[in-house]
Amino acid sequence: MHISFLGKGVLPGLTALALLAGLSPAQADITVGVMASLTGPAAALGAETRKAVALFPTEVNGEKVRFVVMDDATDPTNAVKNVRKLISEDKVDALLGPNLISTAVAMADVANDEAVPMVSVAPLDVEGDKRRFIFRSEPSADLMVQRLVWDMETRGIHKVAFIGFADSWGELLLKALTKAGKDKIEIVATERYGRADPSVQAQVLKVVSSKPDAVFIGASGTPAAMPQITLRERGYKGLIYQSHGVTSKDFLRVGGKAVEGAVVPVGPVLVAEQLPASHPTKATSEAFVKAFEQQNGTDSRSTFAGASWDAWLLLQEGLKGALAQKAKPGTVEFRTAVRDQIEKTRLVGSNGVYTLSATDHAGYDPEAIVLVTVNNGQWSLLQ
Amino acid sequence: MDPSIMLFLAQDGITNGAIYTILALALVMVFAVTRIIFIPQGEFLAWGALSMATVEAGHVPGTLWVLLLAGGLVFVLDLWSQRQRRDRRALLRSAGWNVAYPLVLAGLLSLLPLAALPQAVQALLVMLVVVPLGPMLYRLAFQPLAEASVLVLLIVAVSIHFLLVGVGLLIFGPEGSRTQPFSEAQLELGSLLVGGHTLVVMAASLLLIGGLYLFFGRSLYGKALRATAVNRNGARLMGISPALAGRLTFLLAALIGVMAGLMFAPLSTVYYDSGFLVGLKGFVAAIIGGLGSYPLAAGGALLVGLLESFSSFWASAFKDVLVFTLILPVLMARSILSHGVEDDE
Repeated sequence: MHISFLGKGVLPGLTALALLAGLSPAQADITVGVMASLTGPAAALGAETRKAVALFPTEVNGEKVRFVVMDDATDPTNAVKNVRKLISEDKVDALLGPNLISTAVAMADVANDEAVPMVSVAPLDVEGDKRRFIFRSEPSADLMVQRLVWDMETRGIHKVAFIGFADSWGELLLKALTKAGKDKIEIVATERYGRADPSVQAQVLKVVSSKPDAVFIGASGTPAAMPQITLRERGYKGLIYQSHGVTSKDFLRVGGKAVEGAVVPVGPVLVAEQLPASHPTKATSEAFVKAFEQQNGTDSRSTFAGASWDAWLLLQEGLKGALAQKAKPGTVEFRTAVRDQIEKTRLVGSNGVYTLSATDHAGYDPEAIVLVTVNNGQWSLLQ
Repeated sequence: MDPSIMLFLAQDGITNGAIYTILALALVMVFAVTRIIFIPQGEFLAWGALSMATVEAGHVPGTLWVLLLAGGLVFVLDLWSQRQRRDRRALLRSAGWNVAYPLVLAGLLSLLPLAALPQAVQALLVMLVVVPLGPMLYRLAFQPLAEASVLVLLIVAVSIHFLLVGVGLLIFGPEGSRTQPFSEAQLELGSLLVGGHTLVVMAASLLLIGGLYLFFGRSLYGKALRATAVNRNGARLMGISPALAGRLTFLLAALIGVMAGLMFAPLSTVYYDSGFLVGLKGFVAAIIGGLGSYPLAAGGALLVGLLESFSSFWASAFKDVLVFTLILPVLMARSILSHGVEDDE
């Protein structure tokens, strides 16, 4: 409750700021609405999107672009309210964001009905007629977990124990593991815990007693460190996999020594400098990280900022295509042209390679996903 | 399930149960003396734990600013209420506790090399910062409506809870922290490996319970609190100030909350909003004791801890459901067994 209270106070301020920051709207300017979780439980993700927005150019092919940033307060109802405002009052030509699947699902219906192309930074499902205008830049959890299962196969791991959040994120990861690991691995234990639990001792005991070759922790952020700390305390020596939800500095801070050696699938932007020269996004990842860290300080990079940047790159391709066809911003023709152009895009972004088509609105190439491990409190690329 | 797993689960349950116990005792005590169902009890746990983490990292905890602000507000309120009587000594005392003390503490914290201090000194500093917020909170929020109904007091308590969670987010940020355990030793008892911190938690809880027993049984202030709990008007006629009783109770409640936080933070990652769920488990225990009986509440807390630990092992997805469902048969049994209607409306 306090969150929506905060949100109400912050929201008008941010909107006003965003309006001030944008240039005065001339008739033919392109307007892009950005939705991010700037307050509420996902505020840490929204902050990354906002940092990426600061890097967006103000012109595309000579046409001015105006960005209107809005806060969804990590709440689907708010997301819908604000997206309607963006569409009816600001007459946006395209939408970028939001950060979470829950808010993205709510927003997608509105955007699709109003025929406004939207590139989501959250990994929502973008298939079917109801998602004709919806794209995404973030790889799905299925792809990420599949990458882990490949690694399990090469290491000869058969018995895997799962311990994850007792919420939709834990459920999503468990489903992905079950699907990707079919006939390849055996899931010998599935245990659940809550973010605010005082202890996971009992769950860990059960996991250890199932004698797994490896443990997959299906959690996110700093709470993902607790099972690993407890596993190590209980003397578990096997390999521990974490999901891509843990790639923050705070996870390393809270986890300390216990999270050393954890294997995590991530988008390449997190370890841009360490990528081999043969990696397709080597150059683009490095360029983005350099620009981003110049503005936000060393080590400020995150996959969330990378995915937000790539969402803009996809949109930019669409805008360029629509402008080339001499469509007028602010019209349905322009928005449809943007959509059609994005469907034809093949793009090497900072966080992955995207090959989109009329049937695939994500087009994320799983080859771009890399595995990293924690080495002396730093992310380091696994070869 | 073999015996070693059972012993281990029991140990885990009793450790958490010890923390729930002292929280339950605080809830029972606050309710007995002031009739407030003290929902924000858990916030003192979170604030104590996170302040400790900040001090360990070598920074001045944000709770200090809250202390300075709350102290200032209390002093202004005292000035206002004394505008006719102008009791010099009372005002001087108020200025000392609410303005001078936080300022001295602020000076001390900014001068000391916080990260390098021994752990016990760090813990003491955290208590010095957070515990006085208890009586200040009582003065600001509850003393003006001490005579209100239980329901009004509960509503105020809930709103204070939301306020404190919001302030917690502001001063500590959304990410969680852990602190260093008070002892890293491992003790081998047969097949059971007992962590040093577990022993510290149990010893501290027992000491606290013993201390409270002595305080309420032997000291004049403790007896005054008990008298207020038994009969407010009677106690007042005997010259016991209900305002003082309230502030003293909140001092104890805050002390217990902060101690629980210091013991809890090395076991689990604490967030700005962690306090509520932990406090709620203490509340379930207090309900088992009918919000009136200390030994029953303590027993209830151990039961909650054990139930939580064993249900985490058998059905981890349903463990909170099981713990909170415990309250249903307890309420049912109490309503069947109790005869008198206790209502002070």
